[in-house]
Amino acid sequence: MIRVQHQDFDPGKELQDLTSNNKNIGGLASFIGLVREFSNDQKLDSMTLEHYPGMTEKMLLAIESQALNQWPLDASLIIHRYGCLNPGDRIVMVATASSHRQAALESCTFLIDWLKTEAPFWKLEKYKGIETYEWVKPTSKDTQKTKRWKSR
Amino acid sequence: MKILYFAWIREKVGCESEEISLSEEIETVNDLIEWISSREPKYANAFSDLRAVRVAVNMEFAQFDKRIKNNDEIAFFPPITGG
Repeated sequence: MIRVQHQDFDPGKELQDLTSNNKNIGGLASFIGLVREFSNDQKLDSMTLEHYPGMTEKMLLAIESQALNQWPLDASLIIHRYGCLNPGDRIVMVATASSHRQAALESCTFLIDWLKTEAPFWKLEKYKGIETYEWVKPTSKDTQKTKRWKSR
Repeated sequence: MKILYFAWIREKVGCESEEISLSEEIETVNDLIEWISSREPKYANAFSDLRAVRVAVNMEFAQFDKRIKNNDEIAFFPPITGG
C-alpha cells in the first residue's frame, strides 16, 4: 500500500494495521524518516516538500511492486508526506513484513534507498534567523546506495 | 502539450505549468528546451545548466534525446531529494 499525504500518521497504528490480518508474518521491519533540526550547520526553521502529483504515486507503486517481486513479502507500506514540515516531524515511513526477518529487513532498506533518488520530491529548507532558503541537493552517497541495488 | 516545472526551475521560470502547441520543428526534449529558452531570459536562465535539470515525459524519467508528441506531458525538475 502506498500513501502520499500532508497529514501526519501514527506509526504504531500503521504497523498494527499492516499485520493484523496475517498470522503468517514472522518479521516486520520499518523505517521512519524525520526532519533534522540542523542542516548544513544551520538551525532549520521548516522544510517544505514539493512533489509531482500523479508521478509520485506512480513511482511509489512501481517501487513497491519491485520489492514485492524481489522478496517474499506478506505486506508492505510506504507513506510519504508533502508540504511544510518542522524539525522533529515525520516525513516518510516504510514498513515491510514477511515470514522471516531477512526479507523484511532487506526490502525495507531497498525501498528507502530508492525513495531518496527515484520518488519525485524536492526539499526546500528555511533556516532560523536568516531570510534565505535553499533547495536541498542530492548527495552522491544516496545515488550510490540506489545503484547498489540496481547492480544486484 | 502540457509543460510542468518543479522546485527551483519553477521559481526561475515563474510558473508551475503551461500549455503550448508544439511546432513541427520540435521533435525531442532537447528541441523543446532550446525553444523554451529562446522565449525569454528567465527561461534561458532556468535551463542554463542542463546537468542540474531532469525531465519526465508522461510521468516517466526520460533522456533529453527522447522524441515527444503534442499530447505529451513534459515535466522539468532538479535531481530528486525524497525520503
